[in-house]
Amino acid sequence: MGIPIEYYLVLSAFMFIVGVVGVLVKRNAIMVFMSIELMLNSANLTMVAFSSFLGNSVGQLFVFFVMTVAAAEAAIGLAIIIAIFRNKQTLNIDEINILKW
Amino acid sequence: MSLQIILFIIFGTISAVSSVLMMTGRNLIISALFMILNFAALAGLYLLLNAQFIAVVQVIVYAGAIMVLFLFVIMLLKPENEKKFLEANPSIKIFALIIGAVIFFQLVYLIFSSTPANLNNASVAASVKAGTIEEIGKQLYTNYILPFEAAGFLLLAATIGAFVLAKKKFE
Repeated sequence: MGIPIEYYLVLSAFMFIVGVVGVLVKRNAIMVFMSIELMLNSANLTMVAFSSFLGNSVGQLFVFFVMTVAAAEAAIGLAIIIAIFRNKQTLNIDEINILKW
Repeated sequence: MSLQIILFIIFGTISAVSSVLMMTGRNLIISALFMILNFAALAGLYLLLNAQFIAVVQVIVYAGAIMVLFLFVIMLLKPENEKKFLEANPSIKIFALIIGAVIFFQLVYLIFSSTPANLNNASVAASVKAGTIEEIGKQLYTNYILPFEAAGFLLLAATIGAFVLAKKKFE
């Protein structure tokens, strides 16, 4: 293999950190969702890299399942966002606190 | 420099820069478009890793289906201005950046100090074989048939759940 696996892992770590910072900083619910998708993708990159370097296809199977879960999560999450927006007319997660005690 | 290294630099730079631009952008639609660029670059990286099936699925499912869903919702709802909060509370931004930098350097240190050296002289033939749809399908329908069925059920539940949640009225 031409490229050392460390490069892929560092790239994936960088994307994961960008996702973490986005979740912490952003206040728009859709942006928070997209940051979560970014974190899922960086985990996928790690799994594909290890699977390819180990010559074992099980890592790519897990990526397949992660994609399934991400699709389900996006559908449900966006439906929840639409329902919340219909009730509160906002997407700011500081103002959506109906579950807060 | 071999072609592999050049392609890795191109795709890696595109995915890293587009993720940062997605996070710093103010407009939600532009952020979503950078996200699609990021996913496309990731598909290129998967091809570089000999994972053909995952690369195709990445383009179809992520860059296609999921991001279209996101764009639909962004265009349905009125995007809000992100700027106000950061100007009012710059401390949380600094805090998040410090936390992110610390975790990133920790991860880089761990990656470079603990990756086994023999991983990097893996055989290309085994890696190509692991990424074919034949090998993945064989695993999926023999050893991992139960998780596969569970994933199908999860998608069904998500479809019904999205219908119920986005319906006009609960009755």
